[in-house]
Amino acid sequence: MRALAALAFALLTSTALAADLPQAVATGDLGLVIERASGSLVLIDRSDRAALGRIEGLGDLSHASLTYAPDERFAFVFGRDGGLTKVDLLTRTIAARTVQAGNSIGGAISDDGKLVAVSNYEPGGVKVFDAETLALVADIPAKGKTVGLVDVPGRRFAWTVWDTGEVFLGDFSGAEPAVEMIGNAGKNPFDAVLTDDAHTFLVGLFGEKGVTAFDLWNPAAPPQKFLTDYGKTGEDMPVYKMPHLQSWAFTEGQYALPAVGRHEILWVDRESQTQTAATPVHGQPVFIIAQPASPYVWVNFATPLNDVVQVVDSRSHEVVATLTPGKAVLHMEFAPRGAEVWISARDDNAVLIYDTRTREKVGEVQAEAPSGIFFTARAHQTGL
Amino acid sequence: MLEECAVLVLFAFPAMADVSADRARALEHMVTQDCGSCHGLTLKGGLGRPLTREALANADPEGLTLIILDGIPGTAMPPWRPLLTEDEALWIANYLKGKD
Repeated sequence: MRALAALAFALLTSTALAADLPQAVATGDLGLVIERASGSLVLIDRSDRAALGRIEGLGDLSHASLTYAPDERFAFVFGRDGGLTKVDLLTRTIAARTVQAGNSIGGAISDDGKLVAVSNYEPGGVKVFDAETLALVADIPAKGKTVGLVDVPGRRFAWTVWDTGEVFLGDFSGAEPAVEMIGNAGKNPFDAVLTDDAHTFLVGLFGEKGVTAFDLWNPAAPPQKFLTDYGKTGEDMPVYKMPHLQSWAFTEGQYALPAVGRHEILWVDRESQTQTAATPVHGQPVFIIAQPASPYVWVNFATPLNDVVQVVDSRSHEVVATLTPGKAVLHMEFAPRGAEVWISARDDNAVLIYDTRTREKVGEVQAEAPSGIFFTARAHQTGL
Repeated sequence: MLEECAVLVLFAFPAMADVSADRARALEHMVTQDCGSCHGLTLKGGLGRPLTREALANADPEGLTLIILDGIPGTAMPPWRPLLTEDEALWIANYLKGKD
């Protein structure tokens, strides 16, 4: 009798295990693609080069971005309409959602994964939320539109203000937030980026020429402005899309920066912060992204020259490949070790997958008007 | 009275600007996607101002056309003249004024 019970238990357990196991999903090679016009996300599997499903109901996702919790299970999606949505990759559902402002432009997650900060245009400022519940933790108003929000180690965030040029460093590790103005970047900062070592917060300026560097290892140090006379000799071309700095390439001891109003990539020595070269490219650069574990950077361009992607060698500063993946290329995301790059072509309703060695197309995933592509490996990168 | 008629005609027939149906579709796409980069996909604003019909209630189409063509110096609004004809810019202005 007892043996029978034991057998029944064993059977039960093994049935339960059998039922559970095939459904177990690992998220390390998953990602999300933003479908900007339909307010939805496509869940993708990098290894299978396939779409797994769609998550809907996220509001206005024009210019949306997202970041991942350290467990790579949850994503926090920052919508244009002020919506902050927590998405569960396992159940493919919305776990929590709050419309926390009227108009927003991205966000970041703290190094410990506990806090999510959102950069708001209307009303201008930064709001900080509990990553578990999306309950409001702190509200830091600003005198304008906040841009360039990044996470800084130690439960901190840095950001700047388009209207005033002020740069702030906020520490949210204590009972009360401690927010400090660490300087003024200049006229109309349009975006900012943190170097991979979390040492330098680089603020790109639109209202004047130049980039301002803040030393976050020593926030009391005065900011350094560089590239200040760039382009003053020539007539600037119109900028039909603001460049993005989040993926400024840091490679070969250099920064690769998009010129604003010029069809060029600028190369700046990281140590001396002086320009060492300029590469003429196909159009106004939007994203310049380093191919991991390689000397190459990939660049896409503003409308109307946005059907081309170029590859530039950071040693010679020469364009080594010009690809035409599709219509209206908006974003590129590399596999963490660099083997593949996924490229969104908005007007082809497709994400194109390229092998980075052969630079040949190896796959394609359908998505409605895709923009940003985000692999879960971002969960472990400071500044993303 | 004459002036009123002219305004009415302009509003009732935004396609009066000399733009083909194909080109009109491309322009509509451009407004949503490219203008939308700064002004929001739903045109409720972003880095750029809102361009909803409500927000443009007091703007006249000719003025908007000039802003589209020449931009606003000192701001992020670029001149679109290299990419658009005057008729196309007027079509966009009327489209924005008449859009729900």
